Amino acid sequence: MKHRGYYGSFGGAFLPEILIPTFDELVAAYENARNDPAFWNQYQQLMAEYSGRPTPLTFAANLTRHFGGAKIYIKREDLNHTGAHKANNVMGQGLLVQKMGKKRVIAETGAGQHGAACATMAAKFGFDCTIYMGEKDVMRQRPNVFWMEQLGAQVVPVTDGTKILKDAINQTFRDWVTHMDTTHYVLGTACGPHPFPEMVAWFQSIIGKEARQQILEQEGRLPHKVYACVGGGSNALGLFSGFMDDPVDLVGVEAGGKGIDTGQHAARLSSEDASPGIAQGYKTFFLQDNDGQMKETHSISAGLDYVGVSPILAHMHEIKKARFESATDTEVVDALKLTIKTEGIIPALESAHAFAGAFREASDLSGDQIIIINQSGRGDKDIFTVAEALNDPEWKTFIQKKAAQYHA
Amino acid sequence: MTHIVMGYPSFDDCHDMVRQMVAAGVDLMELQIPFSEPMADGPVILKANQSALERGATVARCLTFAKDMAARYPIPFLFMTYANIPYRYGMAAFAKTTADIGLHGAIVPDLPMEEGADYIEAMHDNNLSAIQMFSPNTSDTRMEQIADVSSGFIYCLARKGVTGEDTKFSPDLVRYLSRCRNAASVPLAVGFGIKDRADMNFLKAMADIAVIGSQTIRVMEEHGVNAVREFIQDLFPAA
Ligand SMILES: Cc1ncc(COP(=O)(O)O)c(C=O)c1O
Repeated sequence: MKHRGYYGSFGGAFLPEILIPTFDELVAAYENARNDPAFWNQYQQLMAEYSGRPTPLTFAANLTRHFGGAKIYIKREDLNHTGAHKANNVMGQGLLVQKMGKKRVIAETGAGQHGAACATMAAKFGFDCTIYMGEKDVMRQRPNVFWMEQLGAQVVPVTDGTKILKDAINQTFRDWVTHMDTTHYVLGTACGPHPFPEMVAWFQSIIGKEARQQILEQEGRLPHKVYACVGGGSNALGLFSGFMDDPVDLVGVEAGGKGIDTGQHAARLSSEDASPGIAQGYKTFFLQDNDGQMKETHSISAGLDYVGVSPILAHMHEIKKARFESATDTEVVDALKLTIKTEGIIPALESAHAFAGAFREASDLSGDQIIIINQSGRGDKDIFTVAEALNDPEWKTFIQKKAAQYHA
Repeated sequence: MTHIVMGYPSFDDCHDMVRQMVAAGVDLMELQIPFSEPMADGPVILKANQSALERGATVARCLTFAKDMAARYPIPFLFMTYANIPYRYGMAAFAKTTADIGLHGAIVPDLPMEEGADYIEAMHDNNLSAIQMFSPNTSDTRMEQIADVSSGFIYCLARKGVTGEDTKFSPDLVRYLSRCRNAASVPLAVGFGIKDRADMNFLKAMADIAVIGSQTIRVMEEHGVNAVREFIQDLFPAA
């Protein structure tokens, strides 16, 4: 362990001794890939052929008219194969797994998007695959569980702790410390021990590279602000990385859940409730009590329901390189409804946080200013949660009838 | 060396277990301060951590309990916990408190030497052992580096994986333990998966300290606190 991946005072690699050689191997494989231009070309080629990249940058004319402020563009990560930006990371790590000669991949998943993407990659590359998913998320995201299993992955519900994303991460590490010789852990976001934050952000930087080039082609100038939702932080870092050296406002939107003052949220950087801590192999802002025990988090979206956040974003927050806001469950559902009705685009509940954050500020900007919203994923996976939030009577009848059929 | 999770199933039961372990001849004990994310622990200790926290095992309550045990029983006690607990308490303050209440050191499995410089220094300043670990994957070179910053003894993980699973006591393990012996001058403790007298007999010649972790908790869960003494007594190898 030489370069330990610190961003200011955040990051590091707080690993049990047993995993040190595994990480040395991973760091070496990652650094080789990073220093080899052929690797990035191979990656881009794969993403073009298999995932339809570059994803479009869509001008949202109706939303722009609706708010009467900035010109609104949407970066369409929902159009990736498997329906979210998660594909960028898993395909990149899949190539590394091939180079390391490992035969099995394991992963945690919250919304199931990362799990489904990982299971897809495993199917394509011929790896065995086990996905750990909190029991609560299995309930929330049943359709993704179904597809992961069809893709040949074993899905293990995690019943420990709070039964959501962080608990799935712990359980994946427990698998890894036993099977590291054959197995790679495909961490799904820019969190965890070095090199994961840097490596995942690197694969996701394909979003920002494209978005910058596309806006320059379409508008001939840079955006004023860019918005992304923040769970672990990978789609946000992906978009932000395209504009790091530009005079562009980088805005991350976290899960405000039932409201910051209720305590039921997952706002680590945009509330006063989080503090620096060490868990899951890295140092960052965690939602924890004074003793350092992690708290329960809440969000309508499984993918943002996480106690920690990328150490890279924690550092950007500290040096004010990015700004962090939150959006409540209610605001998110409203933003989702509006986007569907006006643009015919269905964002994932996670992504709808970025929309809600942007909508709040769009009218304050002038017509010659531009904003980009990262649509990290598509929302059809959320049909059960959204239908429930909208309290749709027809949907309920449909489910009841369906259930009755299975009883018959 | 034996292991309990403070506050599981209750502080009173923990005290009973310590009393029985000491009476059975245990000469070193790990007192785990529970943590909500015990990454290196298997199902038994993981559940014990969760349950202790649900029942209100705060850090302050654990420190009081540990102080009481250290005052009552004439054997050395160590803390075992995860990095966030001393980090939140403050590394220097944690080391000072550990010394003040009469404990002898601590084991923190997610603080490898690269990340633990502040912690190791604070512990050494207070004449405490910051117990380091070897694993079967640790290279000879790294073993020597770890040995350089170690004090007290070195905790040798008998195998990959988490706590509480069976360990195969094999020729590979013998080779690994002799690598450990060559690298370190301090005593060696061997832990992970030791559960009966056969395991103890196997280790007798190669290690100085045998660590009994999950198995005592399992015995207690299945047969009650009072079964702990007999379980431990039965472990001692025939003289
Ligand atoms: C569609 C979508 N967006 C965002 C996220 C949050 O992850 P991150 O912050 O790493 O982009 C998830 C995670 O599951 C997701 O599925």
